[in-house]
Amino acid sequence: MKVTCPHMGHLHWMLDDLFGRLGVEYVKPPPTTTKTLTIGAKHSPEFACLPLKINIGNFIQGLDMGADTLIMAGGHGPCRFGYYGIVEERILRDLGYDFRFMMLEPFGDGKWAFYKTFETLSPGSLSLRKLWKILKVSFTKGRAFDQIHKRTLQVRAYEVNHGDTTRALREAEKMLTQAFTTEEIEEAGREALALIDNVEQDPERRVLKVGIVGEFFLLLEPFSNFGLEEALGHMGVYIERSVWVTDWIAPGRDNKIYGFHKDIVDGKAAPYLNHNVGGEGRETIGSIVLMAERKFDGIIQLLPFGCMPENIATSIIPKVQRDHDIPVLTLAFDEQTGRAGVITRVEAFLDLLSARRGLSLVGTNA
Amino acid sequence: MRVGIPRSLLYYKYLPFWKTFLAELGLEVETSPLTNKKILSWGVEVAENELCVPVKAFYGHCMALRGKVDALFVPRVVSVEERAYTCPKFLGLPDMVAAVADQLELPPLLTPKLNQREKPREFKWQLINFAREEFGLSVLDAVSALEAATRAQKDYQKSLVAGRTPLDLLPASRLNRPRWKIEKKERKRIGLLGHPYNIYDGYITQNLIARLEEMGADLVVPEMTDHHVLMQEATDVPKQLYWTYEKEIMGAVNHWTRNRMVDGVIYVLAFACGPDSLVQVLIEHRARTHNVPLMSLTIDEHSGEAGLVTRIEAFTDMLMRKKKPAEAVA
Repeated sequence: MKVTCPHMGHLHWMLDDLFGRLGVEYVKPPPTTTKTLTIGAKHSPEFACLPLKINIGNFIQGLDMGADTLIMAGGHGPCRFGYYGIVEERILRDLGYDFRFMMLEPFGDGKWAFYKTFETLSPGSLSLRKLWKILKVSFTKGRAFDQIHKRTLQVRAYEVNHGDTTRALREAEKMLTQAFTTEEIEEAGREALALIDNVEQDPERRVLKVGIVGEFFLLLEPFSNFGLEEALGHMGVYIERSVWVTDWIAPGRDNKIYGFHKDIVDGKAAPYLNHNVGGEGRETIGSIVLMAERKFDGIIQLLPFGCMPENIATSIIPKVQRDHDIPVLTLAFDEQTGRAGVITRVEAFLDLLSARRGLSLVGTNA
Repeated sequence: MRVGIPRSLLYYKYLPFWKTFLAELGLEVETSPLTNKKILSWGVEVAENELCVPVKAFYGHCMALRGKVDALFVPRVVSVEERAYTCPKFLGLPDMVAAVADQLELPPLLTPKLNQREKPREFKWQLINFAREEFGLSVLDAVSALEAATRAQKDYQKSLVAGRTPLDLLPASRLNRPRWKIEKKERKRIGLLGHPYNIYDGYITQNLIARLEEMGADLVVPEMTDHHVLMQEATDVPKQLYWTYEKEIMGAVNHWTRNRMVDGVIYVLAFACGPDSLVQVLIEHRARTHNVPLMSLTIDEHSGEAGLVTRIEAFTDMLMRKKKPAEAVA
């Protein structure tokens, strides 16, 4: 059995670790490129969201590399994501591929079904207890990856030598991949963070503070947003992002990447959007309010074209913007989006933010 | 107090229920007029560009009720059955309207929440509490209002299953009647698939129903089939579907194709409709494997009349020709 899974940001590091522990052969599809998207868009419904099109591309490339078992995350709505698996399986079968398809429904939906999925992958020796232990270690690794990526987004704005932070990040990723036990992972995580912190920085530099919010796939997968975060870092922008992969897998509870519990974020959203609308709709609104209160200079919202929860958020953002006096730039992506257009809009937005800050500084001096 | 119900979205599904319920609470109910150019352009101007046309129309209908009512009825319909949801837009609708309410000088909103996701009977308490908190009714009075509303809705659904359409039953819903009717034996049974707020809104669909009837269609719509049958038929996928209204659409097309009830299907979907964009794959696959001609018709606020007429003419012509050789053999 050769298993494949679609890419999403650095999720594959975690999957590598997980499948390794389970003793399952993992066919990692080639990194997502324009070619992947072209293949995916060709076989997907026109108005499906961008992540589905990229998923299809990943699956086709994985199948062509010899994978015979596909795993897709499930969900139970209300956004389109929970239907991805059904539709993707249909599309791939209609193309004539033969495979076993497995939907991994959330743990909360039924622990037995969740366990069964893994049991089929690794038959015989896997007990529920063992599975839980394996998941826990892999998850710890995932969190360590999130921590170093998070730190990178902040350090890059201050780096003295162009590219130092990215090089340190690659080094840190390598370090983490080699860690195996929980202790090793924790140790490697600390060293990896130190590596990034040791990048030569200019603490005097005046940087813009920008929050990135929006739909999870667009935030997590640099290919889909043209590596926007790295580009922003090189323009000297300090970034915080509202969603991380470990948050996404197990939101709430202990995963407070920026120190805010899910309930706090939801509470901040409540005056504007007082119900879960699926995806990250509510988190987007809540994060904007939080970031505005923490005196960010501006917010960039990323979403796939037509994303339902984010469109609801986009409809509400003008009111949040007025109430909290924070500029928000909304960028919707599909397979037609060009990098130059996105970068131009972002640059114009940053100009606006700098001008605003310049003006307000004059104001306080006077 | 006068309450306005926008003639859009779930209006076509639940008007008898809501109207009776609100009337029983002692409110006067006013509905907005049929969608027209002004209403739609209002909506398009205010709403976020990427939203689907029915939601844009909803904004316009809210604006059409300004000055005529003391409150707008914009319920938050989260779920209408266990373990299911409606489209996310319905979940966020009151917030989306509230975000522009000040700017547009809309009257205050009444936004009861209806959520049957966890417990199917829970919506009763949600409405009883709404009646108590907003209008100071006693539990007993609220229960009797609820019962009257439930009866009205049951009668409505009974008439639909008996073969009448929402256009016949809801007051003044038809934009136009067909100007002529083709002789019975020359007609084709065409399944008209899609959300009620798309197919029954004559303005948004460019008068599609009357046009099809003039072209010789005997229309079959999902509402004519009992809800339980639709739900039963929609279980041919490896996972429980969680959008109730799309499940009904799936159920209808499965029911029609399995029982050979229609000669062809026209599937009306709104541009950028999230649920439809995915369900489309399953529906088109179903029609293909069962050899039933299907035309997907995407509509938005820019849809031109000529384009639509040409396409449905071509489709009905194709259906007419398709059956002829078979008749000749017989």
